[in-house]
Amino acid sequence: MKQSSVDLLLLLLALAVLATPAFSDLVLSKVERRIDVTSQIARVTKTLQVINSGSESVSEFTLTFPKFLGNNLAYLSVVHSEGKGKSKRNLANLSVRAANPKGIPDSISVYSVSLPKPLSKGETLTLEVVAAFTNVLQPFPEKISQGDSHLVMLQESSQYLSPYAVESQSLTIKLPNARIESYTKLENTKLQGYEIKYGPYKNLLPFSYSPIVVHFESKAAFAVAEKLVREIEVSHWGNVQVTEHYNVVHRGAQLKGEFSRLDFQARPNPLGVSAFRHLLARLPPRAHSIYYRDDIGNISTSQMQSDSKKTDLLIEPRFPLFGGWKTFFTIGYGLPLSDFLFVSEGKRFLNISFGSPMIDLVTEKLIVQVVLPEGSKDISVTTPFAVKQSQEIKYSHLDIAGRPVVVLEKNNVVPDHNQYIQVYYKFSNINLLSEPLMLISGFFVLFITCIIYTRADFSISKSSATYLAKLQWDEVLATLQEVQSIIQKCLATHDKLEASLRDLSRTGDIQTCKAARKSTDSLLKDLSKELKPLLGFLQSSPSASHISPKVEELVAKEKELQEKLMAKHTTVVEGYEKKSSGRDIENRIASQQQKIIALRQEIEDLLEFIDEI
Amino acid sequence: MGGKQDSTKSESMATTKTAPDLLNSSIFSFKSLKLKTKQQELLIRVSILGLVYVLAFIARLFSVLRYESMIHEFDPYFNYRTTLFLTEKGFYEFWNWFDSESWYPLGRIIGGTLYPGLMVTAALIYWTLRFLRFFVHIREVCVLTAPFFASNTTLVAYFFGKEIWDTGAGLVAAVLIAICPGYISRSVAGSYDNEAVAIFALLLTFYLFVKAVNTGSLAWALGSAFGYFYMVSAWGGYVFIINLVPLYVLVLLITGRYSMRLYIAYNCMYILGMLLAMQIRFVGFQHVQSGEHMGAMGVFLLMQVFYFLDWVKYQLNDIKLFQTFLRITVTSAILVGGVALGVGTASGYISPWTGRFYSLLDPTYAKDHIPIIASVSEHQPTAWSSFMFDYHILLFLFPAGLYFCFKRLTDATIFIVMYGLTSLYFAGVMVRLILVATPAVCLISAIAVSATVKNLTSLLRTKQKVPQSGSTKGAGSSKASSKVTLDQSQPFQKNGAIALLLGVFYLLSRYAIHCTWVTSEAYSSPSIVLAARGAHGNRIIFDDYREAYYWLRQNTPTDAKIMSWWDYGYQITAMGNRTVIVDNNTWNNTHIATVGRAMSSYEDEAYDIMRSLDVNYVLVVFGGVTGYSSDDINKFLWMVRIGGGVFPVIKEPDYLVNGEFRVDKGASPKMLNCLMYKLCYYRFGELTTEYGKPTGYDRARGVEIGNKDIKLEHLEEAYTTSNWIVRIYRVKPPTNRL
Repeated sequence: MKQSSVDLLLLLLALAVLATPAFSDLVLSKVERRIDVTSQIARVTKTLQVINSGSESVSEFTLTFPKFLGNNLAYLSVVHSEGKGKSKRNLANLSVRAANPKGIPDSISVYSVSLPKPLSKGETLTLEVVAAFTNVLQPFPEKISQGDSHLVMLQESSQYLSPYAVESQSLTIKLPNARIESYTKLENTKLQGYEIKYGPYKNLLPFSYSPIVVHFESKAAFAVAEKLVREIEVSHWGNVQVTEHYNVVHRGAQLKGEFSRLDFQARPNPLGVSAFRHLLARLPPRAHSIYYRDDIGNISTSQMQSDSKKTDLLIEPRFPLFGGWKTFFTIGYGLPLSDFLFVSEGKRFLNISFGSPMIDLVTEKLIVQVVLPEGSKDISVTTPFAVKQSQEIKYSHLDIAGRPVVVLEKNNVVPDHNQYIQVYYKFSNINLLSEPLMLISGFFVLFITCIIYTRADFSISKSSATYLAKLQWDEVLATLQEVQSIIQKCLATHDKLEASLRDLSRTGDIQTCKAARKSTDSLLKDLSKELKPLLGFLQSSPSASHISPKVEELVAKEKELQEKLMAKHTTVVEGYEKKSSGRDIENRIASQQQKIIALRQEIEDLLEFIDEI
Repeated sequence: MGGKQDSTKSESMATTKTAPDLLNSSIFSFKSLKLKTKQQELLIRVSILGLVYVLAFIARLFSVLRYESMIHEFDPYFNYRTTLFLTEKGFYEFWNWFDSESWYPLGRIIGGTLYPGLMVTAALIYWTLRFLRFFVHIREVCVLTAPFFASNTTLVAYFFGKEIWDTGAGLVAAVLIAICPGYISRSVAGSYDNEAVAIFALLLTFYLFVKAVNTGSLAWALGSAFGYFYMVSAWGGYVFIINLVPLYVLVLLITGRYSMRLYIAYNCMYILGMLLAMQIRFVGFQHVQSGEHMGAMGVFLLMQVFYFLDWVKYQLNDIKLFQTFLRITVTSAILVGGVALGVGTASGYISPWTGRFYSLLDPTYAKDHIPIIASVSEHQPTAWSSFMFDYHILLFLFPAGLYFCFKRLTDATIFIVMYGLTSLYFAGVMVRLILVATPAVCLISAIAVSATVKNLTSLLRTKQKVPQSGSTKGAGSSKASSKVTLDQSQPFQKNGAIALLLGVFYLLSRYAIHCTWVTSEAYSSPSIVLAARGAHGNRIIFDDYREAYYWLRQNTPTDAKIMSWWDYGYQITAMGNRTVIVDNNTWNNTHIATVGRAMSSYEDEAYDIMRSLDVNYVLVVFGGVTGYSSDDINKFLWMVRIGGGVFPVIKEPDYLVNGEFRVDKGASPKMLNCLMYKLCYYRFGELTTEYGKPTGYDRARGVEIGNKDIKLEHLEEAYTTSNWIVRIYRVKPPTNRL
């Protein structure tokens, strides 16, 4: 406030001293200015009609702002347009650069616009200038209490500050729908609704200046992100993950004194209109997995509405923000990759908007980090305006070399900067497989180690008693298993023998039955031969002393069963040979049959017992 | 051994036998693939254990699913803050950390006054994950530490059960402990507290010690010493181990079960465990200097005497001579020990028992002498209902398990019986110690379940076999025949067994249902976020605590000092990132009493106290609008008591009317004008809280407040959360004396 009034004074002095040298022969035939201060950003739209009244053609046009405005200039674009009203067409965006020509005092900021084509004598040209200023709405008074309304002040010049002579100019200031405290009244000043009109003023000299001050109530949210970090992570598995970290502060008049919840909640007249409770983020369509949290956890007060054009996320900070209050939060969302990633000339490019999706948020320092997949190469960025660029490496899950990160930095960002930027890079799809493969090989190694561990012998002293005992016990167990399997085989052969008997009773073919008998005989003999060394080992082994009797019993039982079966077989076959009646045979083998069943049962019990060792 | 493994077999047999039989008949080639019974059993056991492991983890995730991945309660916030510090600054910085953000203006030497086990564990997990290239947030690690260790505890419970009974009991114990509410209450995701890892360490130490006693192996004793070290580093409850183990050894000595195995196990465990425990700064030389640890040392010396006597007995063949010698040695040993203890205590070298220890032995001690211990709700004696709530059927199975243990007394079962009985006593004294008793109760109950089921199924199995083999079995085994005769004498045995088995399974399923219900309803709320049901059944969330803490963090000067009751200290430092006067580490009673005094004084007196403590903001918790009952007004009497304990100016009767605590018109004048009352009810008198009630109706206490016209002179309202639960006041600077 004070600073700017000093500036004003300086400016006026400078203007007085300035002996209007013919800056060039351009003349502004008509200037229309519109200043929109309904939000915290002062957005100035100017339509300039330029005529070259000199003899030489001119290719440069100079735009000037008072320094206290120029310092807060966030966005400036100049468009060459044609026609009027509805038939107006925008022809070209013109390049603008800050200039510092001689002969112009320090209290004026100068920007130089290069015209699309040199303007020769007598020609006219229409320029559309859009400029956005932050911090020019000064809260006055600077500290208010909870119940006060939020008053701000705008300083401008009713006459257009220009190095060129102006033939006719007018200024319209659009104010929010609220109380207007005061405004500078000059000639030709009109208040229509919430618009103040100055002018038209005719035939102004170069560098004319006439300060005005408008003091009015603003209900807009003065939300400023002191720092915003946007991280855009590209995953070729189909997702673009955006994470935004906001440091938001209310830049309006500061709250003094108490904050009373009672008054804030009071119905019907709550006190605390200068605070804002919500922020609206307009996310791209098909945004998903949205979250909203801060350092200490999830914030459960947010609402989302989505349609095919956009996704509206209404977020409410943990507490209402009064002037000077700060908060920090993070929002994150996923976007479908196909909407943002394209291919051109063998390169992929990510086409994504630069600024924050929050409506009417001023960002003092914006850092955009575009995280590309691991293994991306040949990275380049195109932006519609100048930004500071650098590169970093970020490590995420299962990364070895890290992901390349493009870091873009820009100060004083307003919603007008929400334009698309393109990040070009090369990436081969083979790299996609590296992470799954790493996981697979990791598990593979784990299992292999387990297998090796269980199979290998890691004992330190190979001669200790316990170790030897363990070895011996393992051997005993192995032998036992072999014995078991042999007995099982024996039992299987027994089953075969029985089957042959059943065949016999069905077909009456004695010869095959005898052949079967013979083959089983030899088989059983082989098996018992195999069994012998095993039994011998078990008997000799000291650690098997408590088992070997059982095993012997088993073998003995098995032998008995064999004999009984053979006897039964012989009886049956003989019976058939003698052609005795079925019932006769059955009677004869009945007692044998019973014994066989009993033996079989016992053998199975013994086997089970051995199994349990 | 054959008998021991029978019970698991009985479970596995029934299921596995049918499958291979089916295979046999259909496809012959599969026969070669048929697993041996032993392998089948192993497979089933491992898969059951695997499932239990997973179950124990996911049963604790209710809170994450219902709310979010966040830290719960009060103490865990301190643990989280220190873990964050550890991962950011490294171990040495952590060890030497002087925290100036708490106990202003005294500060706190964090490294020397905490049990670092939990933080180091979480940090190690975090670093390991990062090494394996999983870039997780430390918060997620902290939130999931408790469930992870609960899962590990189930494994230890299995091995412990196997050691004291058999594999069947081990499996049942693992299942029981996996979902036991008594354990879940302190190990849900987000409850990042010392107990989370300590129960694992406790059970591991006990298991390894029992294993060492059973085997006499130095390796196991060494393992047990390291387990003890881990326990000491993690939780103050290690005192329970260092007293229970000597007690157990003493009982074994008295019952004549002294053996070389015991000697090796105890000596190795005690000496190494003690030396290792001294490495923890917070514990330091307590093992040789504090009264609570003297029992262990006494038993250690007694063991040496025993060993010496054994040797002398071996040398002397004369019994009479030996008995005289025995008398002299024992008396002189006890005398020397007694004198040493007396001299140590008298000279102050050995510190006497602490108040906490006394209050454990005598439940009424804290109430009379240390209000600060008695004021904590989790230090209250346990009600019967909470035993029922936390143990459910285990309460009935526990005595049954004791019966089985006494029936088969071994060194191991004696241990579990002693563990169970002592810890159950402590659980009765303090609510929070239910946690310590839980593993023992689960193990003993598991023995009951396993032994019962085993008996019943073996009855069923023999029954099935009898008709098959018929009378031919007679000569075979005497065991079988005796059973046969038994069967004949009790004709309904089989049906009875089936009915009993069904009953057991019904009970166990009720247990599972109860546990799930308790976990989801009672133990899974973070207590920092409150949830209620709205009129239409919708869920309403009161996130006022975090709202207030975040406001402090963002909108107060970074060096602001916040005064609040000590309950909220840890949360304010962790979430609000501001300096507090007192916090949940209640090490300085005087300081807490000063805050209590300020809260219970008149505003101008309190202002002087606050000025002298450099207080910038005062935070109070107030439930009058929402009906939240654990607020500062309900805690107020404790502030008065604790304040009055140090400053006799504060007298409890001044705040009571006829011995009654009230806030309405009938309240005492001192109550109506003390700082706490004013801060809680400031401008509350203008608010209508409930339709049809007068303004200033306190919903937490159900009365209209007595002082509706409260003016503050030295403080001003700085922030009040949306549901009025937390109110923050700014202390005004003194007015100029111009």
